[in-house]
Amino acid sequence: MPTERKPSSAPDVPEEPQNDTVEQQLPFRLSRRSFLSHLGAAGLAATAPPVFAATATAEAPATGHASTAADTVPVTLTVNGKTHKLQLDPRTTLLDCLRENLNLPGTKKGCDHGQCGACTVHVNGQRVNSCLSFAVMHTHDEITTIEGIGQPDHLHPMQAAFVAHDGFQCGYCTSGQIMSAVALLKEPVGPSDEDVKQAMYGNICRCGAYPNIVAAVQAGRRSA
Amino acid sequence: MQTFLYSRPTSLDQAVMAGAKSKTAQQYADVRFIAGGTTLVDLMKLDVERPNQLVDINALPLAQIDTAPGGGLVIGAMARNAAVAHHPAVQRDYPVLSQALLSGASPQLRNMATTGGNLLQRTRCVYLRDTAHACNKRTPGTGCSAIGGHNRMLAILGTSKDCIASNPSDQNVALTALEATIQVQGAKGRRSIRIEEFYLKPGATPNRENVLEPGDLIVSVTLPPPAPGARSYYLKLRDRAAYEFALASAGVVVGVSGGRIHHVRVALGGLGTVPWRSHEAEHVLQSQTASPAVFRRAAEAALKDAQPASENGFKVELAKRCIVRALTTSTQAG
Repeated sequence: MPTERKPSSAPDVPEEPQNDTVEQQLPFRLSRRSFLSHLGAAGLAATAPPVFAATATAEAPATGHASTAADTVPVTLTVNGKTHKLQLDPRTTLLDCLRENLNLPGTKKGCDHGQCGACTVHVNGQRVNSCLSFAVMHTHDEITTIEGIGQPDHLHPMQAAFVAHDGFQCGYCTSGQIMSAVALLKEPVGPSDEDVKQAMYGNICRCGAYPNIVAAVQAGRRSA
Repeated sequence: MQTFLYSRPTSLDQAVMAGAKSKTAQQYADVRFIAGGTTLVDLMKLDVERPNQLVDINALPLAQIDTAPGGGLVIGAMARNAAVAHHPAVQRDYPVLSQALLSGASPQLRNMATTGGNLLQRTRCVYLRDTAHACNKRTPGTGCSAIGGHNRMLAILGTSKDCIASNPSDQNVALTALEATIQVQGAKGRRSIRIEEFYLKPGATPNRENVLEPGDLIVSVTLPPPAPGARSYYLKLRDRAAYEFALASAGVVVGVSGGRIHHVRVALGGLGTVPWRSHEAEHVLQSQTASPAVFRRAAEAALKDAQPASENGFKVELAKRCIVRALTTSTQAG
């Protein structure tokens, strides 16, 4: 009955009953992002460390190599100007390290094989696919992710241009697109839309927002 | 992915010593050098490469691009594809190399991929990349799934009954047309290898792709001085205008004076099991008057021994037209 329902905009009165939501079943409150990222890292076991710690370390090599603490390597990474000391499995890609170890989920995992560009970050100022190198190889490098380019209260001009020109639909490829667009500001790229398309073809947009992406990059080049 | 030991040597000798412990420098090498990672990490994720030791050569001083003592250019093995493509001397004297590099991969990949790594780029044959299928290159003796399978992208020159995988590199086509030499530091010292002698056709051992032995580390590529009065050009034909491997490509170096061809080199990509030098085409063209008829005769000669598989017969005519157009463009006035 419509008259019995509160307006859906009322902030403190949810429409749905709360007692069977995912959040209430968990031992403590998690944001959607931290919940999903824990799931991605090691499954639900990671949310209950005392019981499942052994399970977590036993994941991976099924090839006869026992995984022990001795199999990890020390890695020092400088990301967005901050230096982190880590102990990592050498197989950890730069992409996985950023997302799972440094809690910087702005860099996205798309194809994980260097074909889509969603994982684009800057290494020493140059754009690269972070899925195709191991974190341990970057001890001496300066890494910049989308989080280091700008934040909601002080967007980089290129980020602002993507907002202004609606340069995305679902948004999954967007951080990679913006990292490429910021990098091309320092590359030998001609002035035309065609030049921008050539410079941006390493970033695939499944939604097909390309016309707006080109417009955003051109506007970003003017304002940056 | 199989786990591995990681090391980062700071001298060539350390790197060579670490590499020399490998049982092979070919498929399934147990010790691998890693540079840009764009091929190796991709294949390790697919379990197609399973090194138990990675030797990171990014700390070695091999990224310079310098003029060679007798003219020409020495490109360090660690020079990134983007750095080479945009280098003024490469753009001025060897445009075929700059064009080939810029036609390949993506800007991000070109910032990572190195000159030495690109020389060792692996085939894109889907059966090498999928461990659920037989592949003589990956596991000798298991058979070739591509013959009679999905082979539209694969080779029509230099194939064998055991393998028809194509070499996917653009860079190496240009380097073949430029008659580059490859400098290798090995356990027994340094040697220089002509690019035409570097690659091995599959024959009965498709798992052996080049002449490298354990410990051999590519340190540089040397381009001879540019041929006087010659122009160079790279034409790549593919399914998409960008970010795609060649169905057919041609790298040509041509010098014409008084209408006559006095210098010519023709190399082909996307067609051979190795970067393909066509001496047959060059033989037809040498000392002839540049004309569409001569170009077509050269193209016919280049493809005379082509052996298409079930899906790539179209490549024969495509390749001929590619050669004709590359020669036409590179000999036009202006």
